[in-house]
Amino acid sequence: MKILATNFLVLLKEIGRGNRYYFAWVALLALLICAGAAAYMQQLSEGMIVTAIRDQVSWGFYISNFTFLVGVAAAAVLLVVPAYIYNFKPIKEIVLFGELMAIAAITMCIMFVVIDMGRIDRLWHVLPFIGRMNFPSSLLAWDIIVLNGYLFINLTISFYALYKMANSKEYNLNIIKPLIILSIPWAVSIHTVTAFLYNGLSARPFWNASILAPRFLASAFCSGPALMLIVFQIIRKVSKIEIENRAIFKIAELMAYAMGINLFLLAAEFFKEFYSDSVHLAPMEYLYFGLHGKDNLVPWMWSAMAFNITAFFIFLRPQTRENLFTLNIGCVLIIIGIYIEKGMGLVIPGFIPGTLGEIYQYSPTVIEKIITVGVWATGALIYTFLLKLAIPVTTGELRFARKEEPLRAS
Amino acid sequence: MKKNKPISRRSFLKGTAAGTAALAIPVGSADASVWEAFFQQHFQEMDDDEKATVIARLEKEYKKRYKKDFSIKTTEAMPGVLFGYGLDLSRCIGCRRCVYACVKENNQSRDPQIQWITVLRIEKGEKFVSNLEEADKYYYPEKVPEDEYFYMPVQCQQCENPPCVKVCPTRATWKEPDGIVVIDYNWCIGCRFCMAACPYGARHFNLKTPRIREEEINTNTHYLGNRPRFQGVVEKCTFCVQRTRGNPGRYPACVEICPVGARKFGNLLDPDSEIRYCIENKRVFRLKEDLNTSPKFYYFFAT
Ligand code: SF4
Ligand code: SF4
Repeated sequence: MKILATNFLVLLKEIGRGNRYYFAWVALLALLICAGAAAYMQQLSEGMIVTAIRDQVSWGFYISNFTFLVGVAAAAVLLVVPAYIYNFKPIKEIVLFGELMAIAAITMCIMFVVIDMGRIDRLWHVLPFIGRMNFPSSLLAWDIIVLNGYLFINLTISFYALYKMANSKEYNLNIIKPLIILSIPWAVSIHTVTAFLYNGLSARPFWNASILAPRFLASAFCSGPALMLIVFQIIRKVSKIEIENRAIFKIAELMAYAMGINLFLLAAEFFKEFYSDSVHLAPMEYLYFGLHGKDNLVPWMWSAMAFNITAFFIFLRPQTRENLFTLNIGCVLIIIGIYIEKGMGLVIPGFIPGTLGEIYQYSPTVIEKIITVGVWATGALIYTFLLKLAIPVTTGELRFARKEEPLRAS
Repeated sequence: MKKNKPISRRSFLKGTAAGTAALAIPVGSADASVWEAFFQQHFQEMDDDEKATVIARLEKEYKKRYKKDFSIKTTEAMPGVLFGYGLDLSRCIGCRRCVYACVKENNQSRDPQIQWITVLRIEKGEKFVSNLEEADKYYYPEKVPEDEYFYMPVQCQQCENPPCVKVCPTRATWKEPDGIVVIDYNWCIGCRFCMAACPYGARHFNLKTPRIREEEINTNTHYLGNRPRFQGVVEKCTFCVQRTRGNPGRYPACVEICPVGARKFGNLLDPDSEIRYCIENKRVFRLKEDLNTSPKFYYFFAT
């Protein structure tokens, strides 16, 4: 018991230490979180009327962000696969940071879904046994299960490894290997189930296309790693962790393939819709050319397309992929490109034109944006704290106290 | 066979409720009914006693809110009844009387405005069966009908194969034995998945606490129908369950008000009903049949 308390203090102390930049960063996040919380309070008391969500477009910015972040979370698997299956050593060492990112991303996903609910006080109604979860009929029930399961798996793997390391013990790979193997199909499942959420709705032709789930996966394997590559470079800059360039370039290469597949699937979608030119073309037309003069997403979609194609070529050519400057440009382009494409670019056209033909141009209100930023800040804060603890544990600077020994945290 | 699980769940919740309430009530001035509302069970899992308690609590709550005495029925579906609806497009003049009669009967929010019936105006010759892109719900002419247009009212089609029910994560919405798709407004979590799934724009969301003037409220209600709703839940047409379930029942408000008799309603299982006559003698069609939702809402052209 005492040991537990001491070790908890060790962790707390570690989080409470840092240089100026660390504190400035944490303070900034805290500020954004407070702003988000205040805005959310307003949404709670006044209702969803403070958002731009209406009957015509019944899901908006929150669900868009949710969809994007499921992709980020799923992408942790991209690091696990080469690391453990092919034993590619340089990547193996950084898998942990990917898994921690998945934890932060899933937390954000869950927050976005909860924030989007009209009645948060009835959250318990979706729980199995206690509430009346509609399993297996509702894909949302599936999503609740796979997202929480994924969170659990990643928490277990990373916390087990960290705990062992913090106690100066080698962790036993045999114990967590089954979990790691399980996490691979599970990562695929979270994104597939999320795609199916939309995919299964015959009322919405834009989503009701079998290409949706494969495209989700392809784009997730671009955006998630792009975010990670940037974070890895920050980590190795501010800490003693060494992340080899070789690992980064390998991931970048895999991203090029994923982006290639993503663009190919987009082209397939384009061909099918525009060539067959049926009534189901309308949402695509709205996205890329505007429908009946309503075209607020058009510039976004073309930018996303330009960004993704540029990034594809950057990551395809070894010269640009293996140059950190161009690589980072590519990463930023991918993050923005996929954020548009798999966020608003996916959710909104499902509702346009509406089932009764109406075109309601959705664009998020200030409150929606503040709440969204608040959620992102929460995720960033979680990730910051997780890294703050994981980095010294990995480098051996942070160790738990053991029974007889005094504290060794430096 | 349904009994076991709900009971254990109920007792679990009651324990929790009692525990939590005991903690909370002495501290704040929180009313016990807040907790009762919080832990209220799903309508389909309540026995008669529990229903009675809930109804009493709701009637009290509504009285406080609207200063009126409410009656909330829980009439069950009648055996041998499957409700069906007919709409004669050749008669509809697009006057929207049904829309407003429905708002009044079913206590839809006036601010923000919610309307369960949408009347679409379509230019003659334009497409409308599976694609409503040319339809216009915002039309405001001096006089209806207009020569170049026809009108098509759309409301919940009470699908036999309802996608909204399939997707609901909490089973807050379901199809009753008489074919009416209903929502437990005390169970819905407001996730709006059903709104994405409904192909007919029939579901509406309470963006904030519905506002209705006291003198306009209809106090004759049904738990699954027109009782006042809450912020953050979804609502929809129930074929006026508060009127139509009964012997003799009443017609839905929209059927009653229609000045040209374009609206027909009856029991699909009764061979002598008017709706059966229409189906057997007119050429009926249903909206978006390609989606296989199998609506019990038939459109036809009688003249
Ligand atoms: S019309 Fe919409 S709300 Fe009504 S039963 Fe069909 S899917 Fe459900
Ligand atoms: S909004 Fe309510 S009725 Fe609709 S799917 Fe969600 S919980 Fe079910």
